[in-house]
Amino acid sequence: MVTSRFSRIDRKYQYIISVLIVGIVASACYPLSHIVSYRALGFILLISVSLIAMVFDILPVLLAAALSALIWDFFFIPPYFTFQVGTTEDIIMLCMYFVVAMVNAALTYKIRRMEKASILQEERENTVKLYNTLLNSLSHELRTPIATIVGATDNLQSNTAKLTPQNRYELVAEISKASFRLNQQVENLLNMSRLESGFIQPKKDWCDINEVVYDTVKRIEENKIPQQIGISINPDIPLFKTDKGMLEQILYNLLNNASLYTPPLSRIDVSAMCHADVLEIIVEDNGPGFPKEELDHVFDKFYRLKNTQTGGTGLGLSIVRGFTEALDGSVSLENRTTGGARFTLQIAAETSYLKNMKHE
Amino acid sequence: MSKANILVIDDEAQIRKLLEITLQSNDYVVAQAATAKEGLVTAANHPPDMVILDLGLPDINGHEVLKQLREWYTNPVIILSVQSDETDIIKALDNGANDYLVKPFRTGELLARIRSVLRSKVIDELTPVINIGDLQIDLTLRTVKKGIEAIKLTATEYNLLSLFARNEGKVLTHQYLLREVWGPGYINQSQYLRVFVAQLRKKIENDPNRPDYLLTESGVGYRMVGKE
Repeated sequence: MVTSRFSRIDRKYQYIISVLIVGIVASACYPLSHIVSYRALGFILLISVSLIAMVFDILPVLLAAALSALIWDFFFIPPYFTFQVGTTEDIIMLCMYFVVAMVNAALTYKIRRMEKASILQEERENTVKLYNTLLNSLSHELRTPIATIVGATDNLQSNTAKLTPQNRYELVAEISKASFRLNQQVENLLNMSRLESGFIQPKKDWCDINEVVYDTVKRIEENKIPQQIGISINPDIPLFKTDKGMLEQILYNLLNNASLYTPPLSRIDVSAMCHADVLEIIVEDNGPGFPKEELDHVFDKFYRLKNTQTGGTGLGLSIVRGFTEALDGSVSLENRTTGGARFTLQIAAETSYLKNMKHE
Repeated sequence: MSKANILVIDDEAQIRKLLEITLQSNDYVVAQAATAKEGLVTAANHPPDMVILDLGLPDINGHEVLKQLREWYTNPVIILSVQSDETDIIKALDNGANDYLVKPFRTGELLARIRSVLRSKVIDELTPVINIGDLQIDLTLRTVKKGIEAIKLTATEYNLLSLFARNEGKVLTHQYLLREVWGPGYINQSQYLRVFVAQLRKKIENDPNRPDYLLTESGVGYRMVGKE
């Protein structure tokens, strides 16, 4: 992308720089004119025009081409210091110089324009692809619970006579589950748009990591997940100054992900410790782990593992990464040697060891 | 107590309907208002026992409505908010709201909050002992018992616990707690609060990591509840 960086230079400066380059190259060539033939020097000038053509807009390049042709004629082609050209051969040379310089400028310009257009095209295609993926997963993720709610309420309204109390109870439970799921997706979308807008401002305050972990695990367990969650936190862990809400959302998404993609009765373990002012939280499970070639992509927006069951928008883990980075931390994923996945979260933050404080 | 009269101020007809059915089926009398202006007029004409106020009203900002209400209205106000933005909630609590709920909320949760703010036990220097669940806090002797067992607390721990106990069921913001227990110079020293709440939980909770009494209101503060 060197070209685009240069063409962003103001047009006025492009003219000045072009003239300067031609001037400098010509001055450098001038002392050589006694030992090197003026025809070879003409090629050096031509090359400098070609180099200018690679980075600048067409008009400054045309100026450089014309100027260098005139300089070549005036200073190098005998008779010197006139615009006259001595031999027919040199007239042809000069005309060819001018034409080659112009063609050079025009061609480079054209190539660059095509390059730019193809990059734009590619970007547009990627956006469309991303947008389609988003629409597909979103329409599925939002419409499924809506369909459940619409269907169940219809049933409850018009089919009352045939429904047993057990049926009715189950339908209501489905509505409840669907609305919970809907709320969670909306939450994810809101978080994603907060990240996308770039206006995410962590509100840092002292956090008790015990509280963060236990409260989040409690929230996950309220979804009646079929896995067991174990917690181990170093008892000497200090308070960390970080955004508690974001940290809880990160942990929630990691736990939710583990519970969605490991079989029932799997074990999920959360551990937290402090290494030299770095908070480290590990979420690991003994499920199937991730395919090796997909490890690098799981944090990408809208990325879904190949051959996964339906459900999920591919937003959860990208929010994990976005929030972690907003907290100046990092998150990584690996497969455990004993099987299962391990997410490691590391956040550097101010710590406070007030635990044994006597403030009376 | 006779049926409590509750005024619901919310611009969403669906939420009003939901609250009307929920509250009426729990023996409350419900009045409704769809705009802030209507709500303020209704409250002035028939002062309710309690107001449920949505913060996102179309005509006047909910915080402004709360301020205007609080100029003369002393009964409880519970606010409803769609944003889980804590600064909004803290602002409303500082402006005199008694409690808050974030949409979507469970109706069970709503009813518990309503019961709690309406109960509004009058606790002053004359109330000698507060009972919350198994806990017994003697305000005259400054002692705390859990069941029959005496619990030894430091002076700060006791001050914090008695403040919570005197405000049972009510959410207390971090800043309020720091100001009341440590003093106005400490309102940004939230690490004291974190440490003392953790210490207190170790002494009064059955499982300090899964508290029954001292609940965390994430980003807002803490709330002391008795086991229901």
